[in-house]
Amino acid sequence: MLQGIAFYLLATVAVLGGLMVVTAKNPVHSVLWLILAFFSSAGLFVLLGAEFLAMLLVVVYVGAVAVLFLFVVMMLDVDFVRLREGYARYLPLAAIVAGILLAEMIMISLAVVSGGAAADAAGPVAATADMSNVEAIGRVLYTDYVYIFQAAGIVLLIAMIGAIVLTLRHKPNIKRQNVARQVGRDAKTAMEVKSVTTGAGVTPEDLV
Amino acid sequence: MEITLQHYLAVAAILFTIGVFGIFVNRKNVIIILMSIELILLAVNINFVAFSAYLNDVQGQIMAMFVLTVAAAEAAVGLAILVTFFRNRGDIAVDDASVMKG
Repeated sequence: MLQGIAFYLLATVAVLGGLMVVTAKNPVHSVLWLILAFFSSAGLFVLLGAEFLAMLLVVVYVGAVAVLFLFVVMMLDVDFVRLREGYARYLPLAAIVAGILLAEMIMISLAVVSGGAAADAAGPVAATADMSNVEAIGRVLYTDYVYIFQAAGIVLLIAMIGAIVLTLRHKPNIKRQNVARQVGRDAKTAMEVKSVTTGAGVTPEDLV
Repeated sequence: MEITLQHYLAVAAILFTIGVFGIFVNRKNVIIILMSIELILLAVNINFVAFSAYLNDVQGQIMAMFVLTVAAAEAAVGLAILVTFFRNRGDIAVDDASVMKG
């Protein structure tokens, strides 16, 4: 009973959050709704007995990806009203495509559950008494999937390098600190005695 | 009320559909499109975890973890491209992003 209430609450909030992500006028609000949707989905994962993945979702999405989105949305000076042009124009087509897609997927879900691969699924199997969810994942992840695990690490490394390469830029006309030159200076190169003729004054060219 | 596998699959299907819907209606705003893609990947993850739990097979959760990894990488690179695009064009409207005539 309590599980049912929790499921319906979390599912409703997740769907509502998702809907608000795509319909909100302000992209900052969209990001905040996205955080809500992901948080509720993490709750659904806990209900399913996948505690580790739920915490991962909160850490990775709410902690990293959503904040990244927030940074970019707030950093870019974009006229978001202009970007919403055509919203009403594409609404009917989008609704038709989405409706067909939803009907198809619900149909497939029902078919899979009633006569397909998951026909004899009894109920959500939570962590057993002798092995927690984290341990179960670790036992499979670091044995059968160890190469894919390494590949995932490489994917993240390349994404990090790619993001840095794409966004790093050196602005011209900005004085930067040159540590080697700074340390290499001594009194001989740093200072020069110039003789100034009396009464003539000093022009900027003399100081170079 | 018994919560069955269909319930979770229905939630995932609805979230997936919302993601596709969002790509259609916000086709000028790349930021919302990226968020819609995140929603779609979340729906896939819910499917993975639901099947994993109901079939008592932990491999589904491993796959969901890899999907999460790829989604995070995709968001980082996508937003980096977005920032570069904004610097070059001063705008993020993707419908006139056809400089390369692709």
